This record gives sequence, C-alpha cells and structure tokens, in this order.
Amino acid sequence: MLDDIFSVVRQRWGSSSPEKDDSKKPDIPKDLLFKCPRCGSVSFSEEFNANGKVCPSCNYHSRLSARERLDITIDKGTLEELDRGMVSKNPIDFPGYEAKQQALRASTGLKDAVITGKAKIRGRDIVIIVMDSHFLMASMGSVVGEKIARAFEYATEHRLPVIAFTASGGARMQEGIVSLMQMAKTSGAVALHSEAGLLYITVMTDPTTGGVTASFASLGDIIIAEPKVLIGFAGRRVIEGTIRQKLPDEFQSAEFMLENGFVDMIVERKKMRRTLAHLLALHEDKGGLHNE
Amino acid sequence: MSDKTASQRLDIIRMKGRPTVNDYIPLVFDDFFELHGDRLYGDDGAVKGGIAYFKGTPVTVIAQVKGRNLDENKASNFGMPHPEGYRKALRLAKQAEKFHRPVICLIDTAGAFCGVEAEQRGQGEAIARDIMEFMRLKTPVISIILGEGGSGGALALGVCDELAMLENAIYSVISPRGFASLLWKDASREREAADIMHITAEDLKELKVCDYIINEPAEGAHTDPQAAAAAISDYIFSALQRKFQKGLDELLNERYNKFRAIGEFTE
Repeated sequence: MLDDIFSVVRQRWGSSSPEKDDSKKPDIPKDLLFKCPRCGSVSFSEEFNANGKVCPSCNYHSRLSARERLDITIDKGTLEELDRGMVSKNPIDFPGYEAKQQALRASTGLKDAVITGKAKIRGRDIVIIVMDSHFLMASMGSVVGEKIARAFEYATEHRLPVIAFTASGGARMQEGIVSLMQMAKTSGAVALHSEAGLLYITVMTDPTTGGVTASFASLGDIIIAEPKVLIGFAGRRVIEGTIRQKLPDEFQSAEFMLENGFVDMIVERKKMRRTLAHLLALHEDKGGLHNE
Repeated sequence: MSDKTASQRLDIIRMKGRPTVNDYIPLVFDDFFELHGDRLYGDDGAVKGGIAYFKGTPVTVIAQVKGRNLDENKASNFGMPHPEGYRKALRLAKQAEKFHRPVICLIDTAGAFCGVEAEQRGQGEAIARDIMEFMRLKTPVISIILGEGGSGGALALGVCDELAMLENAIYSVISPRGFASLLWKDASREREAADIMHITAEDLKELKVCDYIINEPAEGAHTDPQAAAAAISDYIFSALQRKFQKGLDELLNERYNKFRAIGEFTE
C-alpha cells in the first residue's frame, strides 16, 4: 500500500525518486493480501480490515494512520485540532530534509507525525495525542515535540486528562541534537500536568521505541499496550549485534513489557474505547477524602 | 578557541590519557564519599555518585565513568549505564534535593547500554524518569559534558539549569558511527558523519543546547589534566554563584523554558 502511495508521489512530482524500483518484481496485487510481520501468515485484506487491521492468525495489532485511530477512538465530530499547520524547519541543514517532508506531506496528508487536539470519549472531555508512523516513522523532531508539549500545557491549563497513542521509531536523525532535546521538552510538560493532579494515559502502539519510549511514552499514570506490538528502547538489530545471537520473537513485545513490569495492561483494539472511557470515569470522582 | 573540525575533536576525546571522572573528581572536589546502589536492583559501575565538598560547599556529584584501562572499563561497562545506573542517579538527586545540595552531573558516555537485560529492566523507563524528575528537582543542577555525550543516555543526566561542554566534547542524538550506518549503511564513514552532524560545543552553543564552553589546554585536556580540572572548577564556581541567587520558582521556570525553547518550526 505504501508503495502505491509513493508511486502517486513520484508521478505528482514528476521526478526520479530514491525509492526502490519495483518494476522487476512479479506482479502480485498487494492490496488484496495482508502478510503479518509477526507470524508471517497471509490473509485477505478484506478479512484483515474487517478485523480492525488485526492479524486474524496471531492477534498482532498492526499500524493505523492517525485518522483511522481517531475514527475508532473518539466521539464522532468532537475533534478540535490544535496546532494544525505547524511544520518543521531544517535546524542542522540536513541535505534533502525539506524535500522529504514535502513528499510525505503530499502522500500522507499530514504536516508531521502527530495529531493533537481536544476531543470527547463517550462524552468525556480529553486532550488526545495520536502519532502516525507513516510520516518518517513518527520520529520525534521539533514539530512532534512542540505539539506534544503544547497539548500537555493546554490540558494543564484546562484541567483535562491526556490520552496519548504512541508510535515512533525514536529520535528524528535529520534534526540532530534538536530532536534529542524534544525528549526533555515533552517530559517537562508531562511533569507539570502530573503535578497539577491530572490523569495521563499512554497507549503504546506499534512500534514504540527509542527516544519516545525514553521520554513521555513511559511516563503515563496508566500505560496500556496493544497486543503483540513492538515496545523497546534499543533497536533489536543493535542488541543482536552486541550479543551476537538472534533474539526470540517475544523480545520487546507488549507481552514482554507486561511481564517485566513496564506496562499496566494489554488491551485489544475492539475494547480500547470502552476501556479508556472506564478509566476516565474512575478518575472523575477524586475519592471521598479529597472531595471539596 | 581553536577551530578544529568535529572529527578532529573526536580524535582528541578518544585519545589515550584523556582525563576521566576518576581523574577529575579528586582534582575538583574535596572529601568525595562514594554512595552505591539504586536500592532496587544493584549498583552500576558506569555511574559513580557521591557527596563531596566543592570549595567548602557540600554538593552531590553524579558522573559517568569511562575507564582509563581495561580493568576500569570492565568495571564501568565502558561508561555505558544500565537502568540501575540511571536509577542510582535519580536516588542521589532526590537525596540532594532533600538536603538542599546542588547536583553536579559529569557526562561522558557513548550512550545507554543496549542489551537484553537493559531492556528487561526498563532502560527506556529509567531514562524517561530521570529526565522528568531532573526537570523539577528543587535544587540547582549543573551538567558538564567531558567527552562524549551520547544520545538519551547522556540527556538523562543533562536536564539541568546550565549545560557546559569541554571545548573538544561532542553531544549528539546518535553516535557518528550509528549515524553513518543509518544514513549510508556504512559505519566506517563515521568521521564524515561527525562533520555534518553539528555536534561540537560551538555548534551546540549556536543551537542554544550548550550554555558555556570550558576551554581546554591547547592540544587537549590530556596534555594538562590539572589545568583542565582548574577550568572546570572555575566554571562550576561561577555557575553555582549564578544559580544560588535565584529563588526556587525562578530556577525551575528557567530550567523548563531552557528546554521548552528548543525546536525550529513555522506555523
């Protein structure tokens, strides 16, 4: 599917693109089939889509676009998006970064890798943060960092809970050290929200890694993960290179994180909205002792 | 200040004899008492922490240990901390807050250790927690990068009121080697990578990540560790003077805004 998107971009920009030339491969209609990256089984896209983009064989919860995520999570028509038009500059003059961003904006319809806004879940007001791995693997640069920090600041000011659906390959290499500093910026905004006594729920989706795991994603009061998704700090291949052996499939999975104590619960996509609504309700009444 | 390229500076900080925290701590501080352990899992030799006097004032020192020889490196895992190292740092930082001691962080790491056990014990969570807690720590925090400041593993001790770098130190989102292997699938092009990554003290001062550059002796700190230590002492003294003058709210607001302001975008 992504290949098709890129071919549209190539036509639109009318120039040669660094993407691989797929013309020599046999002509398989990829749109019709989904091959699960976890268990390798192949299913019809129709069945896979009807199942909420969850692998029918192994229950791997595959990646959604931010729009798809919002559609199945928040009450229809309630999103008031924040900082919609924000786009990144090129802080370390990284060659080709502007062009790359422009191409991705055309193909994904996103300005960068995160959508933030005020919304409702079953009538309850929240601030929602949804990362989209289709934009530079949702790496965290200036825009991702700034929009997330502002979302938390907005929530602190308006005394709202925050729900963040995380997905990220980590830092955005093209922004160098500026990218690293977004970890401090976002975590600082989480701290102020937390000190105000407000609820922050993280939902870790595929993949939550690197600098996002090592900052705001790991700081939720409650941390939920979708089944079978990848969660970790270091890249798997980096670790395999260090220890010189293959790692088991379960390594850095949601289940691995639950077992090791870094995730509160694993929740299936079809139960997510219900679960979030319940957790929001549980935090509305502050408990007898603190009622004013 | 000399106008060396990033790759030339990389050579200097990797030079045998480059002073480490094991050299600097006795030269900069008096009566250093080392404190061990994170009270949760173990004691990480990659992070050395303790209490000492700095010119008569009690301070907490938290330092990443690059070894000077193979034995030291075995004990300190070549300066790459595990989660228990970051949790020890946090324990000592909270202790410093309780007793109103400023915290001096000395950063010198290629990065947090990447391994199976580090993942099992929550490397990501440990770093995240440090970043968040240091942001709100109710006592002055001064961080100094001595050599390598590698990614999140360095940032965990780099959320501070002032960040200084030794003249030849570097600070980067990924090691030049890692960058080369990502970008060109060729780790051997690390020097080339270093030169385009904007990782020198001067680059970082321009990007407002680094606040002060501490001059080294002409050919590098290894040629005169005493002089380098004296320059570090002078810097810490002046930084503490600046921070002691501030009220707590002002200190914490300025710390938050220092990081809040970094990022380049248009709306």
